[in-house]
Amino acid sequence: MHMADALLSPTVATTMYVASAGIAGLSIHQLQKSEEDKLPIMAVSAALVFAGQMINYTIPGTGSSGHICGGILLSALLGPYAAFLSMISVLLIQCLFFADGGLMALGANIWNMAFYGCFVGYFLIYRPIMKGRVFSSLSERIRLILAVVLGSILTLQLGAFSVVIETTLSGITELPFGLFAGLMQPIHLAIGLVEGLITAAILLFVYETRKELIMDVGPSTTAKLSLKQILSVLVIITFVTGGLFSLYASAKPDGLEWALFGNKDEGYSENMALDEENYGISSSLADNAAKVQESMSFLPDYAFKDNDAALGTSVSGIVGSSIVALVAILFSLGFGFYKKKGAHKAA
Amino acid sequence: MNKAEKAVIEIKQIDELADGNSYLHHISPLSKLVVTLAYLLFVMSCPKYAFSTVLLFILYPISMYAIADLSLWQALKRMRFILPLIIFVNILNPFFDQQILLQIGGFPLTGGIISFITTILKGILVLWASYLLVATTKMDALCQALRQLHIPKILVSLFLLTYRYLGLMMEEVSRMSEAYYLRAPDQKGIHISAWGSFLGQLLLRSMDRATEIFHAMKLRGYIGEYRLMEKEYPPAYLYFFGWLCMFVLFRLGILAEWIGGIFL
Repeated sequence: MHMADALLSPTVATTMYVASAGIAGLSIHQLQKSEEDKLPIMAVSAALVFAGQMINYTIPGTGSSGHICGGILLSALLGPYAAFLSMISVLLIQCLFFADGGLMALGANIWNMAFYGCFVGYFLIYRPIMKGRVFSSLSERIRLILAVVLGSILTLQLGAFSVVIETTLSGITELPFGLFAGLMQPIHLAIGLVEGLITAAILLFVYETRKELIMDVGPSTTAKLSLKQILSVLVIITFVTGGLFSLYASAKPDGLEWALFGNKDEGYSENMALDEENYGISSSLADNAAKVQESMSFLPDYAFKDNDAALGTSVSGIVGSSIVALVAILFSLGFGFYKKKGAHKAA
Repeated sequence: MNKAEKAVIEIKQIDELADGNSYLHHISPLSKLVVTLAYLLFVMSCPKYAFSTVLLFILYPISMYAIADLSLWQALKRMRFILPLIIFVNILNPFFDQQILLQIGGFPLTGGIISFITTILKGILVLWASYLLVATTKMDALCQALRQLHIPKILVSLFLLTYRYLGLMMEEVSRMSEAYYLRAPDQKGIHISAWGSFLGQLLLRSMDRATEIFHAMKLRGYIGEYRLMEKEYPPAYLYFFGWLCMFVLFRLGILAEWIGGIFL
C-alpha cells in the first residue's frame, strides 16, 4: 500500500510531508521529555519489523500469505511516540533501498502507515481496550487480541482511504473516487484482519513469555482520562466521522441535487474530469447550477474528478466538523476554567 | 533463496555500488540529495498529458548513470514493488478519458492513453533518480546530508542504527526461514501454528540484544548522542546549478519546442 511518487502532485506530497513532520516533532518532543533513552531498542525493533515483513505467513484455506502490521506491533512494544519514529526509519529504508514507496511520497507514506498505526490505532483502539475502559469483562489475553486486530483493521482502512484521497487530490487517476474507494476499502478490510491476526499472534506469544515487554499490560487502572487525552481522541473522532461518514451521507443525494445533477436527460454528464468549457455541461440548467455552486462553495478549487459532489461533502465535512470541534474544545476549556474557579472559591 | 536472503543481497549490492569511484561518488552528498529532490518535484509537477515534457527529464538519469557506471536496467527491476499500484490506479484511464488529443497516422491517441503512459514514465524516472542517489552515496554520507538539512539528530541516528542492524536481523530471519522450510518442505509460508512463535522468539532475542547494545554503548561513553563522522566534500557547483537550470528549462517546455522546431 506504499504510495508512489508518480501518483502524487507536489502540493499533496509537500502537504503530507508537513503533516508528518509535525507529528514527528511532537514525538521527538515527547521522547525527550522521558528520561529513558530508547534509541538502540527503537533501532533494533525497526530492523525487526523490516525483517518481519520478509516473512510470509500462510493464511489457512486460501493459499495466499500475509504480513505483519508494523505500526501496531511497534506501538505495543515501544509506545506510540517511539514507534512513530521507528516507523519513519523503516519507511525511509524501504523507499531508499527497495524502491517501495518514493522519496517524495515518504510524507504520505508516513502519514498513511505510521501515523494511523501508532497514534489513531493506539490511542483510539489499543489503549482503551488494554486499559480495560471497554470490554473490561474479558480476560487480558482476549483483550490483547481484540485490541491488536481492531487496531490493525482501523489502521489499514484509514491508510487505504488516505491513498484514495491523496491520489484523487493529485489529479493523476481518472478512476472515479467512489469506485476507487470501493475497490480499496474491502481489500484492505481483509488485509487488515489478516495482518491484525498475525500481529496478535506474535504479541500473544510475547505476552505469554515476557509480559513486561508489552505496553499497557497489567492491572487495569481506574485513572480518569486527562483533558488532553480526551481532546486528542475527540479531534481524531471528529476527523474520522467528518471525513468518512459524510461520504456515505452524500451517497444518496437529496431531491434538489438529484434534479440538478443526476438527470442525464438534461444533458449533464457526470464526467467532470475533462475541460468543462466544451465537455459535459451543455444545458443552461446545469450551467446555472454550476455557477450557483461555485459562488456558494466554501472550497471552490477542490475539483474532484467524477465524484465531486461526494468529495466536496467530505472536505467540507472535515472543515465543518473541525469548526464544531474547535468550538466544543473552547467551550469545554472555558467550562473547566469556570468550574475550577468555582471550586477555588468554595475552598 | 528466500525473500530475506534476496533483500540482504540487494542491500549489499547497493552498498558496494555506493563505494564506487566515479565523479558522482565524490561530490557533496547534500548537493546530490537536493538535486534529486528537485528532480522528483519537477517530474511530479508535470501535467498528466505532458508526455514530451516528462520525456525530456530522461536526460538526467541517462547521463548520470553513464558517469556513475550504473545499469539503468538493473535499477528498473526495482519497479516491482511500486509498479502494480501505479498500473492499478491508472489502468482505467484509457476507458474513462476518451478525449482524442492526438492523431498519429490515423491512429487516435486518447487523453487516457497519454496520461497512462506519462504516469508510468514518471514512475520510471523518479525511481531512476532515487536509485542514482543511493547507489552513489554511502549511508553515513547521506546521514550527514540529512543533518545539514536540519533533520533532528535523533531521527538521523535512529536511521543509521536501524540500517546497521537491518542486515543482521535479515540474515537471522533468512536463516530461520531456511531452517523452517527445510523442516516443512511443502509449505509456502509460516503455518498458523507458528505465527506467534516464529517472529516472537526473534523479537525476544532482539529485545535482549538491544539492551546489551545499549549497555555496551553506555560503557563506551554514549550520552544520548550519536556522533557522525563528518567528511569534507569538494563543492559541485556545475552539477548543482547546471542541473537545476536544466530542470527549469525542461519543465518550461521551451527546450522541447526548440528541439522540435529544428526538425520540423
